[in-house]
Order: sequence, then structure tokens, then C-alpha cells
Amino acid sequence: MPSPERRGAQRPLRLLIVDDSNIVRRRIERSQQFEELEVVGAAANGLEALDLFKRTDPDLVTMDLTMPQMDGIECIERLVRMKPEVRILVISALADKATAVDAMEKGANGFLNKPFTDRQLNEALAELMRGR
Amino acid sequence: MLQEQELKTFVDGTTNYFEVAAQQPASVGSPYLVTEGTPAMHEYTGVISVSGRREGIVYFTAPKAMLTVLLMKMQENDFSHENMRDLVGEVANTISGNARRDFGNEFVISVPSVLAGERAELPLVPGARSFVIPINWRSHSAKLVVSLK
Repeated sequence: MPSPERRGAQRPLRLLIVDDSNIVRRRIERSQQFEELEVVGAAANGLEALDLFKRTDPDLVTMDLTMPQMDGIECIERLVRMKPEVRILVISALADKATAVDAMEKGANGFLNKPFTDRQLNEALAELMRGR
Repeated sequence: MLQEQELKTFVDGTTNYFEVAAQQPASVGSPYLVTEGTPAMHEYTGVISVSGRREGIVYFTAPKAMLTVLLMKMQENDFSHENMRDLVGEVANTISGNARRDFGNEFVISVPSVLAGERAELPLVPGARSFVIPINWRSHSAKLVVSLK
């Protein structure tokens, strides 16, 4: 699914997937339908994400919140400090407004609640990419 | 103490999970209070500890056959023991996390822990009211157990 804004782009947008569930990581990778997105890594917690982020320099990140070792909120803060222009889509089961507001204040650009359909995922990713 | 009307949050969360993740609604039965003993476990159980304003556990327990079909419906082709553990934990996490829509962010949930084996036993929280929410999906039965002070 090429988005009009990105047609003709020279370099694919690099996507890092962060979620403690292997099933969810694989699902996001399998279900995203954008030709101009390249999945450059998948991390199971915030610490792994920081390491992969430094090594892969992604443009976009999908971020779970409830994870062992380092949660998503802290990870978002650190990623934004490292690369302020990175765009982050939170994908979380936490459905209260305060958490969404907190994530956005820390630097996230979008919020998608679990469970989600493929269509909802792709719409959220399209919105994230439009901000680039 | 958990009130009957609060169970609607978990019933709705369970219904929504199957409708969206499996694209096939589950039949969620009427919740019932556990009056003695502990509910029987299926082969895989995902457990979420709850702290903050409420205290207790929420767990989802399901047979391997149900989880296998659920994975298939998600276009997943890895049916390993690890993926069964992952899925049962993710279901528990998603339903518990969604409950914050009604309970707010002081309903603090842990990352999932997983028990495997039907002989596993999980003590309910002393002083809490514990309810079982029966779930029937396709030909399979599972349970969501909510034990909260």
C-alpha cells in the first residue's frame, strides 16, 4: 500500500517494532502493507529497543508500554532524547486516557489500542508516516 | 471488593478481544462467584497481577487446542510451546489493560506470567471476591478469572 506522499521516495522508511510478545511483533511485521517501510529490527523490551535503535537508526517505532526491564514510557523518553525527529506509534492494551496523554507528552505521535485489526494498524502507520 | 457490575468491564473486554483479534465472536457466559476451592486450570494460563487502587489477579486459562486455532486465525504459523505461552499471556494482558478504560490508570497491571500444565494451581487472593467468566469459542471452552479486592 504505497502512500501518495511517499511515492518516489529514494530511501525506505526504517521501522523498529518493540513489543514483549513475539506474536505481536510478527503480526505487525506481517500485516503492515507499505512498500516504503522497511522493518529494521524487533525488540522485546525497552532496553533491547535502545540497543537496536542505536544500531539501526529507525525513522519510525511501534512501541508497547507494558514490558519487562524497561517499559515503553521510559523508552519513548530516551528515544526522543536520542533522535527528536523519530516518530513513535504506541500500540498498547492500556486503554485509559491518562496513559495515552502521558505517552504523547513524552514524545509519542500516535496511539493504537490492542487488540487491533490489520486495517486499524495500517491506518495508524499511514498517519505516522504522514507526519514525516 | 469487586462488585458484580464491575465484571461487565471484563466481559466486554473478553468479547472485544475475540471479535477483533480472532474476527469471530466468543460466547461469554454469565460470571459466577467462586465459593470454594480454586477454578480448574486448562493447559495454559496467563496471569496478570493487579496493584494500585485495586489488588489481586486476573488470569486467562485455555486449552492448547483453542490457542492453536486462535493462532491460526491470526495468520500465525508457529504453534510452538513458546508461542502458546506468549499468546495466553497476551490475551490476559490485553483484557486487563483494556479494563483501565473503566478503572483508570490506578489499576496497575504487571507483565504477564504464564503457567503451563493442567495441574498448575493458582491460589486466589485472600479477602478478594473471585469470579469466573466462562468463554466458549468455536468448540472450545476457556475461562477468565478475576480475583480483586
